[in-house]
Amino acid sequence: MVRKSTLFFAFLTTVVLALGLALGEARLRVRGELPYLRQEVMVVKTLQLTDLCLATEARHTRHPSQADWHSAFQSHPAALDHFPSGSIIPPPENVRRGYGPQAP
Amino acid sequence: MARRLHKQRYLLDFALSSLWRRKGKNLALLGVYSLLVFVLASVLFFTQALKREAALVLAASPELIVQKLAAGRHDLIPAAYAERLREIRGVSRVSGRLWGYYYDARVRANYTVMAPEEVAVPEQAVLVGAGIARGRHLSRGSTLTFQGYDGTPRAFQVRGVLSPESELLTADLVLMAAADVRRLFGLAEGLYTDLTVAVNNPREVATVAAKIQELLPDTRPILRDEIRRTYEAAFDWRAGILLSVFSGALLAFLIFAWDKAAGLSAEERREIGILKAMGWETGEVLQLKFWEGAVVSLTAFFMGTLAAYLHVFVAAAPLLAPVLQGWSVLYPRFRLTPFIGLFEVAILFFFTVVPYTAATIVPTWRAAGLEPDQVMRS
Repeated sequence: MVRKSTLFFAFLTTVVLALGLALGEARLRVRGELPYLRQEVMVVKTLQLTDLCLATEARHTRHPSQADWHSAFQSHPAALDHFPSGSIIPPPENVRRGYGPQAP
Repeated sequence: MARRLHKQRYLLDFALSSLWRRKGKNLALLGVYSLLVFVLASVLFFTQALKREAALVLAASPELIVQKLAAGRHDLIPAAYAERLREIRGVSRVSGRLWGYYYDARVRANYTVMAPEEVAVPEQAVLVGAGIARGRHLSRGSTLTFQGYDGTPRAFQVRGVLSPESELLTADLVLMAAADVRRLFGLAEGLYTDLTVAVNNPREVATVAAKIQELLPDTRPILRDEIRRTYEAAFDWRAGILLSVFSGALLAFLIFAWDKAAGLSAEERREIGILKAMGWETGEVLQLKFWEGAVVSLTAFFMGTLAAYLHVFVAAAPLLAPVLQGWSVLYPRFRLTPFIGLFEVAILFFFTVVPYTAATIVPTWRAAGLEPDQVMRS
């Protein structure tokens, strides 16, 4: 009869190998996707883009880095932001720190 | 050395048999524990991949953008402002960007309409992002009709679909000639959405931005560095929100694990008493309990981490992506680049395996230090 510890070690070796393979695959995929990433960089440069297209429902979530202070409350005075993605995208850096240019 | 190894192996055999005796409780614990590792690892992998990709690609975004503000809102900027910006020492180039939003009532989606400076798009033609092409079933040669600012329908021929590889940036983009953008939105000549400014010396960008604000107080300069920090904060925030959503599960697990590990059951205390009465030393009992904890936590760690890798990088995070999308009708198909390595896995290991194993040892150490008859009687 096979000892329980032997079975456990066999299981452990399998999952460690699987995780190692996953990490190896991750490295290879990053290398393989470099041309696509370079293409993305070129797109950003050529089209002069500023933001990722993550949520298109409101302008302050489509272009968080370009939104003005009031865009989240645009509907009427004292209106709270009602776009769901507004609750998961924080106010941009310049809104939190003020409009003025800041020393890095 | 070999004797010690043999001894540890016997202890492991004993630990596995002991776990199997209470298999109902331990399998439930393993399931919850693996699920928790899966959630933590998925959030870590997902945000890490997006954060790294955003940092990498947005490093090519314009160095400095100048917007005009009117009554606190983003307003169109006159070309005359560009002339004044060119006079600032250190500024090498100023160009106007022409872009806006279009709400397509047919599919209830928002598009970003843009007139690229460096890509020549003929008049009455458009290039569309892969998200729009999918949503409107468009391909090269199709016709896309937009309703102009004056209600006039304007037809555009689709000249091409932007590469799906860049969907994270271009899913909702419509590129058209500057004249078409002006006609569609009713924008007068000499007005732009914003201006991009190139600076000779990258170290002078903040100084140039300060000068711009002094020269044109109704404008707002946005630095590339601010864009980068906005996205860094955005993904940290998202990770925080996702984790706070799952914090209930985390707390439930902690209570479960604490109950399992700290509050030794009468049966477990009896087991320790019997082992000690049979001549086991305190150290051996501790080693046995260490193996029990290690078996459970290692199994949960590896199963949870592998499942998270498959979820995020093979299946494109179907459980997490909806959190990003909100009300968006158009959203990109995520092609996440697996920017993960040993460091991320080590962090995960430290925060999931070590606490549980430690929590198993401490209460046992307290019980194992007592005399056998005391343990069995209590």
